[in-house]
Amino acid sequence: MYDKPRFLLAGDRGLLVEFGASIDPEINQKVRQIFLSLEKMPINGVTETIPTYRSILIFYNPFLSDPERLKKEILDRENSLDKWEIPPPETIEIPVFYGDNFGPDLEFVAQHNNLTPEEVIQIHTSGTYLIYMLGFTPGFPFLGGLSEKIFTPRLENPRQLVPAGSVGIANNQTGIYPIDSPGGWQLIGRTPIKLYDPTGSPPILLKAGNYLRFTRISIKQFHEIANRYRD
Amino acid sequence: MEIFEVIQPGAYTTVQDSGRFSYQQFGVPVCGVVDSFAYRVANTLVGNFQEQAVLEATIFGPTLKVLNQGFIAVTGGNLSPLLNNNPLPMWKSIAIHTDDMLQFKGVKSGCRAYIAVAGGIHVPLVMGSRSTYVAGKIGGINGRPLAAGDRLSKGEGAGKAGNRVPSDLIPIYSDDIEIRVILGPQDDYFSQGIDKFFASTFKVSTKADRMGYRLEGSPIMQRKAIEKSIISEPSVPGGIQVPPDGQPIILLVEQTVGGYTKIATVISSDIGKVGQAKPGDQIHFRQVEIDKAHQILKEEEEKIEVIKKSLSK
Repeated sequence: MYDKPRFLLAGDRGLLVEFGASIDPEINQKVRQIFLSLEKMPINGVTETIPTYRSILIFYNPFLSDPERLKKEILDRENSLDKWEIPPPETIEIPVFYGDNFGPDLEFVAQHNNLTPEEVIQIHTSGTYLIYMLGFTPGFPFLGGLSEKIFTPRLENPRQLVPAGSVGIANNQTGIYPIDSPGGWQLIGRTPIKLYDPTGSPPILLKAGNYLRFTRISIKQFHEIANRYRD
Repeated sequence: MEIFEVIQPGAYTTVQDSGRFSYQQFGVPVCGVVDSFAYRVANTLVGNFQEQAVLEATIFGPTLKVLNQGFIAVTGGNLSPLLNNNPLPMWKSIAIHTDDMLQFKGVKSGCRAYIAVAGGIHVPLVMGSRSTYVAGKIGGINGRPLAAGDRLSKGEGAGKAGNRVPSDLIPIYSDDIEIRVILGPQDDYFSQGIDKFFASTFKVSTKADRMGYRLEGSPIMQRKAIEKSIISEPSVPGGIQVPPDGQPIILLVEQTVGGYTKIATVISSDIGKVGQAKPGDQIHFRQVEIDKAHQILKEEEEKIEVIKKSLSK
C-alpha cells in the first residue's frame, strides 16, 4: 500500500487513483471504501467509477470538475474514511454442480495435482474468494484466494464455446463465465445462477470488493434452480 | 411507427445512442456511437434530443426501404448515400416517403455514417440505453447488428426538411489523421519510446472495430527491466495500449479493463476522428496538455450551439 494514493491522468475525462502496487486484499478494500463513499455521497461532476484490483477510475464531467479538485476531494475522503460508515463486505454463495458434462476438466485438475476429484471439490468449496474486480465480459469476476493445491495451467487449446455458468481454474485463478464465450480455463463445474441477466434486477449479480463461496449441489438441485429462472 | 425495412444490412450497422452509463463497474462497457460530434449533429438536424438512438453504418452502408414518411439526416463519414438512386445531401435534414429506397454506394471519406430519423430509432432500453453491445448480446435489435428483413420503428417526433449545417462546421475526414493525446496513465514506463511515439506515422490495420484500433508501425518499446504488463486496471475510451510487441492499440467504446501499459489517451474531441479512420489510413499523434483538451472540448460544444442556433432561424 502506498503512503499516499497516486493520481494519474486517463484522458480528459478520467482520473485514475492508485492505492498500491500489488494484488492485495487490504489495498482492494481501500478501493472498495473509496468506491462506496462515492456511491453514498457523490462528488459534484463525477459521472461514473470503475473499481479494480488496486485502483479506481473516476470519470468526471470536465465542465463541472477537474483533476486538481478531484484529487483534493479524494485525499479528504481517504483521511476521513471512518466517518463514512462503510458496511463490511458481503459473502455470496454460488451453488455449483461439479464434474460430469458440466466439469469436463475436473479429472485433469485432480490428476495434475495428485488429488482425487472429490478432494478437488472439497478444496474448491472450502475457500472464500475475494471479488477483486469485474470485467473482461459483463459480470466476469476476477477472484483471489484459490488454494495452491489446485493451481492448474490453462488448456493448451482454448474451447470455441464455454457455456455461461461454467466454473473454471486457470493457473492461480478461479472464476465463472457469465456469458457463452470462447475460453481456455479448466472447467470443473457449472452454476445455474445467472451472473449476467440484462433485464433482471440487478442485471449483474456480483459486486467488486465482496466475497463469494462455492457450494456443492446435486444435478437435481441444479435443474430446480435453473427452472426458477424460466418461471 | 415502422420507418425502415432492412433490405441489406451493410457491413456492420448497429443501433447506437450516447452510451450505457454507470455499468462499467460491472464490466459492461459504455458502447454508444464512436463519433459523437457527427451523431449529435445528426439528431439536432432532425429535431431530436442529442441522446436519441440512430444507426451507425460502417464502410458499406445498409439498404433501407422506407415504410412511412418522416425526416432523416445522414452525417459522419461519406459512404455515398443515395435516395432513390440520387445522391443524398449529407449534414442536412431530408423528407422521406413510403417506398423510398436509402442506399450507400461505397466509402468516399471517413468510415462511419450516422443515420438519424426524427423521433429516434425506437428499440427497448436495456440498462438505460438503446446502444447495441454485440458481445453482451444487448441493446439495438436483439443485441446484434442489423440483418436483412429487420423492421425498425421510430419514436414520436415532428422534424422538418431543409435544416443544414453551415459548411465551415462540417468536419473533413482525411486519410492522414492527426490525433491529439494526453500522456499517461503509464507514460513513465516509456522513455525514448515516447519520442518515437510522437515522431512515428502509424497505419490503421484491418483489426479495427468498436472495441479498438490496432495500429502498425515501428515498435514502441518500454524501458528495459520493467514489467511488460500491469495489474489489470480500468480503461477509458481513447486509451492507447502498448502490448509487448510494441504495436499500439487505441481502445474505443467496448472495453472496461485491461492489463497493458497505456502510453497516452486520445482527447475526447478526437475519439470520433479515430472512429472515422479506416484500415490503411495513416495516424500520427500530437501531445496536448489537459487544459488544452478541455478548451477543445468547450469549443466543440460551442460549435454544436452555433449549429442549433442556425437551425431555429
